[in-house]
Amino acid sequence: MKKLTFNGVIGGTIITLLFIVAAIGMFWTPFDPMKLSFSARLAAPSGAHLLGTDEFGRDVLSRLMVGAQASVWIGFATVCFAVFFGTLIGLISGYARGWADGIIMAFNNALLAFPGILLALGLLAVFGANQYGIIFALGIAYTPSMARIVRGAVLSLREREFIEASKVMGNSEIYTILRHILPNCLAPITVLATSMFGWAILSESALSFLGLGVPPPAPTWGNMLAAGRPFIEQAAWLGFFPGLCIALTLLGINLLGDALRDKLDPRMRGLK
Amino acid sequence: MLMAVPTIVIVAVAVFTLIRLIPGDPAALMLGDLAEPQQIAALRSTLGLDQSIPMQFMIWVGHLFNGDFGKSIVTGEPVLHLVLSRFFISAQIVVLAVFIASIIAVPAGVIAAWKQNSLTDLALVGTATVLLSIPTFWLGLLLLLFFGLKLGWVPVLGYVSVTTDWKAGLIYMALPVATLFIHEMGVIIRMARASTLEVLRLDYITHARAKGLSEQAVLWRHAFKNAFGPTWTMIGLILGNLLGGIAVIETVFSIPGLGRLLVDSIFQRDYPVIQGCLLLVAVAYVLVNLVVDLLYPLFDPRVVAE
Repeated sequence: MKKLTFNGVIGGTIITLLFIVAAIGMFWTPFDPMKLSFSARLAAPSGAHLLGTDEFGRDVLSRLMVGAQASVWIGFATVCFAVFFGTLIGLISGYARGWADGIIMAFNNALLAFPGILLALGLLAVFGANQYGIIFALGIAYTPSMARIVRGAVLSLREREFIEASKVMGNSEIYTILRHILPNCLAPITVLATSMFGWAILSESALSFLGLGVPPPAPTWGNMLAAGRPFIEQAAWLGFFPGLCIALTLLGINLLGDALRDKLDPRMRGLK
Repeated sequence: MLMAVPTIVIVAVAVFTLIRLIPGDPAALMLGDLAEPQQIAALRSTLGLDQSIPMQFMIWVGHLFNGDFGKSIVTGEPVLHLVLSRFFISAQIVVLAVFIASIIAVPAGVIAAWKQNSLTDLALVGTATVLLSIPTFWLGLLLLLFFGLKLGWVPVLGYVSVTTDWKAGLIYMALPVATLFIHEMGVIIRMARASTLEVLRLDYITHARAKGLSEQAVLWRHAFKNAFGPTWTMIGLILGNLLGGIAVIETVFSIPGLGRLLVDSIFQRDYPVIQGCLLLVAVAYVLVNLVVDLLYPLFDPRVVAE
């Protein structure tokens, strides 16, 4: 039990800090994140600019704070998209079974046969490289795995006595699904959604790094790394801090995910 | 196993549809802003873009069966040749990295599970979680900064294939392989640990211990065999996923691989090349997982290949 709490506390602290920094960045940053200053180009970290400045003299700390918003918002919106549609598809497919299930799952499995980032790249070519494009592309790429998990949970739940009982009591199928089946799927949904939040933040930064994500000058951690790359020899901090932010965020989410899985996943209960 | 065929068919339809959804006319894009409408129309008909969508699909599939994946709109190179040559570059990096990572990470994961909740376990799992949280493109950038720019051990720019000069080729491959290897170690250690933990609490392990077998024998002869299955499946998934996700690594190390080709063709709206890349990676992904499934009975005789 000790380790479980440790993971949860560290992970929870990191993610809470991320949310706080992103929230503060909405109202206040040390400098204007977009303001160019050619006299302060590539200034090393100092008392004035805690994390230094970039190739246009913009304050790195301020840009990282605004970049945190982009990560949180894109991650959150992507997860909401995938949870909503994945759960809907999984519930329908698992509850209906039969030919509807067959067709939906054949399509679902074909999408799963595509590595997620590749599907997102293809979809981004369609939706265009901006934050909404990323949200739709990643959301669609992640929906199939959510649908599969929910369907699996529904398939085993629908044979249980309490579902039978609900039907015998004369409850409508919609009511049974929403009142009795869905709440029992929440544990696997929560665990997967937590991981997805991390995948989305990582994919967003990778896509922005490739130049296919949020376009500059709007700062995201990924496009800051890409923009700083040609200058890392003179200004190593440009290649260091944005990556550190991504890595810390992912570490927080992974630790939190582990703690949640230990707590919620019944298969893991016997192991502790 | 039979799922592989319909999956590839659906993937082909999806790839084709996806590309048609992209806004913008490649013919207009190729000719630039000053092109006359007649020129654009002429180019559209040479590219086959003036046909109906279902017709374009049928023509495309027909050509695929003849090994004709079309020509790059930008360079005029045959797509199949282009994509396959780039695929080889990416695949050697991915396969080498995952192979080395597995050799080290699988035993490490088994040991972590065996010593569950000990200091060794905590250290291994902690390291693994940190490693897998580091984005590959950042790790690559840091390695490049340190070993390339600070120490000057490896060249920072350019690429030499192992087939032209194996010594130089290996040097160019060292950092990308190391980057992927470090990242995948984290993933595989955790997977191997989790599946070993599940096996270790089963009754037959207690039985093996009760028989008086040494811990070594219990762990490697009894537990490991059964625990390796899920890890093996995971390694297959990683191989496929890396092929899709290697674009960032290739960007960091300026390697002309498949991922970079795909990203560049998205920028240039080179439809045939985008289609070729997506299709090839999807097919490779399906095939890798098929091979993984077929080899599964070697490790776990309880599973019989269908």
